[in-house]
Amino acid sequence: MWASLAEQVRLQFETWGLPEWSFSLANSLFKALVILHFILLSVLFLVWLERKVCARFQNRLGPMRVGRPHGWLQTLADVLKLLVKEDIIPESADRWLFRLAPVLVFVPSMMLFVVIPFGPGMAVYSLDVGLLYLVAVTSISVLGLIMAGWGSNNKWSVLAAMRTAAEVITYEVPLALAVLGVAMLAGSLNLERIVEAQAGGRWFILVQPLGFVVYLIAMTAELRRTPFDLSEAESELVAGYNVEYSAMRWSFFMLAEFGALVGFSGVAVTLYLGGWHGPWLPPVAWFLLKTFGLILFIMWVRWTLPRIRIDQLMDLGWKFLIPVALVNIAVTGVYLVVM
Amino acid sequence: MSSARGSATRDEKLAGSVPAEAMIAGSPSAGERELERELLVNMGPQHPSTHGVLRVIVRLNGENVVECRPDIGYLHRCFEKICEEWNYLQIGALSDRNDYIASLANEFAYYTALERLVGIEVPERADFIRVIMAELQRISSHLVWYGTFALDLGATTPFLWAFREREVLLDLFEAATGARLTYNFFRPGGVRNDLPAGFDREVKKFLEVMEQRIGEYDKILTGNRIFVARTKGVATLTAAEAVAYGASGPTLRGSGVDWDLRRDAPYSVYDRFQFEVCTAPEGDCLARYHVRMNEIRQSIRIVRQALEGLPEGDFRGKTPKAIRPKGEVYMRTESPRGEIGVYLRGEGGPGPYRLKWRSPSFVHLQLLPLVGPRGLKVADLVAFIGSIDIVLGEVDR
Repeated sequence: MWASLAEQVRLQFETWGLPEWSFSLANSLFKALVILHFILLSVLFLVWLERKVCARFQNRLGPMRVGRPHGWLQTLADVLKLLVKEDIIPESADRWLFRLAPVLVFVPSMMLFVVIPFGPGMAVYSLDVGLLYLVAVTSISVLGLIMAGWGSNNKWSVLAAMRTAAEVITYEVPLALAVLGVAMLAGSLNLERIVEAQAGGRWFILVQPLGFVVYLIAMTAELRRTPFDLSEAESELVAGYNVEYSAMRWSFFMLAEFGALVGFSGVAVTLYLGGWHGPWLPPVAWFLLKTFGLILFIMWVRWTLPRIRIDQLMDLGWKFLIPVALVNIAVTGVYLVVM
Repeated sequence: MSSARGSATRDEKLAGSVPAEAMIAGSPSAGERELERELLVNMGPQHPSTHGVLRVIVRLNGENVVECRPDIGYLHRCFEKICEEWNYLQIGALSDRNDYIASLANEFAYYTALERLVGIEVPERADFIRVIMAELQRISSHLVWYGTFALDLGATTPFLWAFREREVLLDLFEAATGARLTYNFFRPGGVRNDLPAGFDREVKKFLEVMEQRIGEYDKILTGNRIFVARTKGVATLTAAEAVAYGASGPTLRGSGVDWDLRRDAPYSVYDRFQFEVCTAPEGDCLARYHVRMNEIRQSIRIVRQALEGLPEGDFRGKTPKAIRPKGEVYMRTESPRGEIGVYLRGEGGPGPYRLKWRSPSFVHLQLLPLVGPRGLKVADLVAFIGSIDIVLGEVDR
């Protein structure tokens, strides 16, 4: 459906006598627009959902005032507030780093969506090294986080930035190792091929339960959500690496955080939970349903657990997750050879 | 200039700021090489985990605490000096403001001291009402502690659960005293008014709910592996240290010292109730946690017994028309935080000549420089401050 529509538009472009590149430009712009809107809308929804979910866990109602049923306009009101707030750059801050950091955090989390297939043939770009691309892209944002912490020239944010660097770099290793098991089974790094390999209910979570658990833990750490929210541990570091940020610059961090949440969950669904596969409903609906289901689970974890300490975080990463991920790869390898 | 500023200038800045700040802190000077690696940070006075306006000057080596010094006084209100100007009745209301999380515990200490000094008899019913209210106050205070301790460790949900129960308690206090935070409920020789009709029924209902809810608290926090990992073996205090530093209450009992004024130096009618003194031998944050959680259970027991045995009679005894005592007295009571000591000296005037208030939070805060450098991380420091349950209103007075 998607492809045939694009084909029609391309033919239309030809009849108008437009050059070939104009179509690909329009095509890319259109896709970027769709993806960006998808991300922004889901972030709007997720912020509201998070507040509602945590409110329910805590015997509260959450936002109720703005927007009639259950305050659904609350996030929009918050965005408006953030737009009109004063943008403050501390005098002693490194202005370049300070300004660049939110962008460097935001862009990689958007770049995740380039290869995620929302349905058959519905990835923005069906990259053959999709998995490799994902692992590479996710490691960029840590630069932005360190820049934010360092550039603010605030001791607390430097401390938070160091924590973030340690955490994100550590957990990238088990993340990549966990993902490797899936690539071995599917025999491809292309995310669409991986989803196709899971057709007929052969979800990779069934054959890679260990890998899924490792991925889930590492993903929570990469997203810096409780119990791994050391980089923004309010009770320890006041606010974290973004302590000096305000207004829209601050909200870019939030946007990136929630965008990455959707992205990582989408990747988890693609790799382990059968992607768009499912009965009755259209593929896109299945993909979104699974993604948001997983996000709900992560929120549940967040509002239940306390935070772990930095040394325990490192122990968990290096001494537990990486060995487990390696064992997983070994077992998968043996399985592939024997079967 | 902004773009040219590299790491060198930053280091200079840091190194430059250390001696100046260190002078304020009065900390011993370390070698320059050490200073370059260390980071001096101000935790507070505006910080989410200092439980009020406390400033802790922390020297950090990476995540490790090298040294920490509490800087107090931001909430100083000249309590003891004001007491020399005011009369005995006014001070009762003022004492509420010391430990505002457990106001009635302050009143209990002050009025028992005053009654001993003047020689006022307290009717039995009044004493029972006092114990009921004080133990309910202990529960509500421990609930605040439970919530904030969880918050310090990064778990937000227990905080709101604890405040849900505290809300019911505050409603009960409001019904009995008319206020929700600072009650001004005790009077010389008794309490201001009798318990309202149906109060015992409501309290019993609450206690039943509370017992179930402790089970919920256990589920979400006590058995949680992350919670145990964050608190077990963290900031350990030996029994000898706890005694040497004058620790009291749950902080002392968490180090295995079996000492509770309600049992060992009974005042009011505490000697008539069956309850256990909760101790835990380990001396770490987890031990202090267990002690407080068990104390909630014991307080429920005491309130139940007091409600059963609540005698008929006056809620306020006979008092002399003018309270102008001469002499001195030292009275100590077991507040939710530890031992409140009141030294009261009257010289025949309408108010005391001198009142000295020994507050447990102040004493416990002195443990911070002791425990801090023992390989604590920043997160552990927060956990320790949470586990000794300080109230800054009581530290600074």
